Amino acid sequence: MALPKVNAVIIGSGAGGGIVAKELAQAGLSVVLLERGKWYSAADCRKDDLRNQRTTVLGNGFGPDDARNPRVLVDENGRERILLASEPGYNNNAACVGGGTQSYGAQAWRYMEKDFRMRSTYGAVAGSTLEDWPISYQDLEPYYEKAEWEIGVSGDDTANIYKAPRRKPLPMPPLPPNREQQLLQPAAKRLGYHPFDIPMLRNSVPYNGRPGCMRCRWCVGFVCEVDAKCGTQNTVIPTALSTGNCELRTECMAKEILTDARGRATGVAYFDAGDRLREQPADIVVVSCAAIESARLLLNSRSKLFPNGIGNRYDWVGRNLQGHTYPRAVGLFDVETYDDVGPGAGVAICDFNHGNPGLAGGGMLANEFIRLPYQFVNYVPPRIGRWGKAHKDFMRKWYRRSMAVMGPVQEMPVFDSRIQVDPKVKDYWGIPVARMSGRKHPHTLEIAAFTVKKAEAWLKEAGAIETWTVVPGPGLSGGQHQAGTCRMGNDPKTSVVNKYCRVHDADNVFVIDGSVHVTNGGFNPVLTIMAIAYYASDHLVKEWKGTRFRS
Amino acid sequence: MSVNQISRGAPGRRGVRRRKFLGASVATAAGVAAGCGSSRSPWRFLTAREAFTLEAICQQFIPADQDGGAREAGVVNFIDRQLVSHYRRFQDAYRSGIARVDEISSARFGKPFGELTQEGQAAALAEVEKQERAFFDMVLAHTMQGFYGDPRHGGNRDWVSWRMLGVPPLPVRGRRHYDFTKPQSA
Repeated sequence: MALPKVNAVIIGSGAGGGIVAKELAQAGLSVVLLERGKWYSAADCRKDDLRNQRTTVLGNGFGPDDARNPRVLVDENGRERILLASEPGYNNNAACVGGGTQSYGAQAWRYMEKDFRMRSTYGAVAGSTLEDWPISYQDLEPYYEKAEWEIGVSGDDTANIYKAPRRKPLPMPPLPPNREQQLLQPAAKRLGYHPFDIPMLRNSVPYNGRPGCMRCRWCVGFVCEVDAKCGTQNTVIPTALSTGNCELRTECMAKEILTDARGRATGVAYFDAGDRLREQPADIVVVSCAAIESARLLLNSRSKLFPNGIGNRYDWVGRNLQGHTYPRAVGLFDVETYDDVGPGAGVAICDFNHGNPGLAGGGMLANEFIRLPYQFVNYVPPRIGRWGKAHKDFMRKWYRRSMAVMGPVQEMPVFDSRIQVDPKVKDYWGIPVARMSGRKHPHTLEIAAFTVKKAEAWLKEAGAIETWTVVPGPGLSGGQHQAGTCRMGNDPKTSVVNKYCRVHDADNVFVIDGSVHVTNGGFNPVLTIMAIAYYASDHLVKEWKGTRFRS
Repeated sequence: MSVNQISRGAPGRRGVRRRKFLGASVATAAGVAAGCGSSRSPWRFLTAREAFTLEAICQQFIPADQDGGAREAGVVNFIDRQLVSHYRRFQDAYRSGIARVDEISSARFGKPFGELTQEGQAAALAEVEKQERAFFDMVLAHTMQGFYGDPRHGGNRDWVSWRMLGVPPLPVRGRRHYDFTKPQSA
């Protein structure tokens, strides 16, 4: 059943889609924002350590649900498995209004200048599609600033000598240091590093009509109980709705983008909350479902003109799936490090993002978020074993006297790490599911092996009496930092969208989320996704005023 | 070891469940060895016999010392509750896996797992880890969840593990009148 036509339909209300909705609605376009999940509020914090977005053993706290959303994973050994949404390897990102920003850890990083010029900086890397972005840090700088001030970021990166130039400081001061930070900050300085307070999309003081953080332990993975975390669900989406130009429809699952005989998108077919198939006609379609689901939606949108899916003429949709490789160093201390003060992560260094001898990049290092007891079960050195009295003794003795330092290694994109649609498996609505396959580039693991040693040395300098390191295996990356599957580029033969996020071969279809990242930085990607959403919206609105899109 | 010990891990969440359990507990007080069918089990999915073996496995994973272990925390109650809800898909694995443990134990050590000495159980479990790795890993993961996870799911009774680690289950936090710049007391 077709609904009244609107100017823009946006699929996905996360970091990207929420911002696009607000920018377009404020510019006077009529907007429908489709979200497959629900709208949670601060009352949905739940404090359930086995069922949240970080620890999902009893289910995803904020979607998607296990019953309706399978995926297929082909592991690095070629074995195929159908996975539930809460199982390891599913590479989940939350499905709710706000997307991942509702329950994230909220680190708010600007990428560095070199992160947009990886190919120029390091040259070709064998077996990798490493490339420069078609835009530079300078292009995004005003939009990073807009994200920091509109959504709200606290922190202080003035001591970070490696950061790219910024015009304005962050709008909020950092939270006072917790005990881990008090040990790590001076240790980093003694080593000659340049520690600073992590920028966070979290109120440290009242801002935007919401209170400051109360420093509880229920942070990453949870909806904030006092609404101090800043996501699109409590900033730009309410603003979009208040314009009167935006309608948010929750629990709506997009099926495909519809096109006409000329190859222009005419709207979106989706299943509403009552599982009825609807058609929402629109002048513009914006896909903001995160890297895995955005690729899946384009690939599922087949027609005579797009037999392999929209944007996929040269087989680039779904390619170069990347996330971050997180190596971890753990240290044990003879003093208490646990002070029960969240969010936990507070101090970072960027001394090893670039300029590492013989390596094509690196990553930021920071202390880990506060650990709940069940999460500590696997923070045990190999000598202890996994069970029995030794394991219990270890937990009891060291839970309050341990720290972890880790950081996201910028990955070398791999062409064959990819999303396809599965030929057989369908979801609850009968839509073919995402089929994930591939592996990490070996050089990514070499970089991880290097940065984890630096993390370990930092812990030792901070007084650790025993340390060990964990480097992830070669399996596919993605997860909450998923990116890369609809690469941005100037050449339609080697990318999916142009530098304004418009699909090369479909004039009125845009992909605006982490999918367009050419490379994913050595940082949590959300502020870059937000900046790109502001940047692409800005351009879209200018083009709209020239009425290019109205048919 | 009698089933009465298992009874401390039993549900009692709803009145009906509780009464059913109490009745079953009395009925089986004579001992598991006498045998009892699943129809008389106080558990939601497990038979009393299975629960007896499973609890012995969990207690090897997290033994009691100055702090309670898996049994005292009600880990079997956690697992049993999940087996009829989120872990329904593991029902078959538990049914056949527990049977395998008793089989391995009887073949190698002459008795079902739960009736072995502590040392015998440790040795049998090492054998299970070798022969039935997937089952072993699954029960280990679920035991850790039941012991260290939130009591709302049926384990970690009285926050036994959180108290052991020194984590206050319900921290009292003011919002703005709390000076976090000073070190917190344990």
